Amino acid sequence: MLSGVLFGYLIRDKKIQFTHKIITVLVWLLLLLLGIEVGANKEIINNLHTIGLEAIYITIGAVGGSVLASWALWRVINRKQTNIKKQ
Amino acid sequence: MKGSLIIVSLFIIGVLIGLYQIIPTEILESNISYYTICTLMFCVGVSIGSDPKILKSLKTIDLRLALLPVMTITGTILGCAFVSLFIDRSATECMAVGAGFGYYSLSSIFITEYKGIELGTIALLSNIIREAIALIGAPLLVYYFGKLAPISVGGATTMDTTLPIITKYSGKEFIVVAIFHGFVVDLSVPILVTLFCTI
Repeated sequence: MLSGVLFGYLIRDKKIQFTHKIITVLVWLLLLLLGIEVGANKEIINNLHTIGLEAIYITIGAVGGSVLASWALWRVINRKQTNIKKQ
Repeated sequence: MKGSLIIVSLFIIGVLIGLYQIIPTEILESNISYYTICTLMFCVGVSIGSDPKILKSLKTIDLRLALLPVMTITGTILGCAFVSLFIDRSATECMAVGAGFGYYSLSSIFITEYKGIELGTIALLSNIIREAIALIGAPLLVYYFGKLAPISVGGATTMDTTLPIITKYSGKEFIVVAIFHGFVVDLSVPILVTLFCTI
């Protein structure tokens, strides 16, 4: 990935649009493969509701945690700005 | 939004193909996925390196707002670790899923490689839900938790899919922050997911 960043930086003057298309197609291909694998796996198909619930719980944790962290930063930044205005 | 729908339907088509054994599943034994991932990582790198917007945003960022990616990453990881106390999954597994930061395609593929298809599916679902929350919930998040909240929830997607919605509800002055945030979190996805899968 880092070699890609460097390569992209070096050729940045050439208008390259094709990487986005390649990425999109590769992602489609990989997700199709992932889907085939899921469908062929009886254990997952049978436990789909458990898996879905676990996914929802983890998302609640992830979103909740990041919201609280960004809220804290937002309050800190705004408090400083109000202080500056008062002075 | 259209892109997400295509991806979800491709996944469902894949499930149906696998379920009814339309094509022999032996193709999965091969290393197609691994080489595709390597190519994909290279292309993601090229698109980041060649984007002049990102380079410009790195130069003009407000230092305090530059902390936002750190807050997003710490908050997400801690939140996931907390949830792992209540469900039948280890803390590292939950943190690996959370470390997708909404980048469902990449994280689910990585996690499938390291931890198997079950956790990979959880990662796919969880990160799609996260992106959906960022897209649908942005106005509520701004109202209750400030203008940085939708950027934080958007995670790795704030420089592409969720950027328009962030621009709309947080305001134009947060575009640079969102792009910078997306860039840093994006880079952290493969690193953190690999880390949590291997410890």
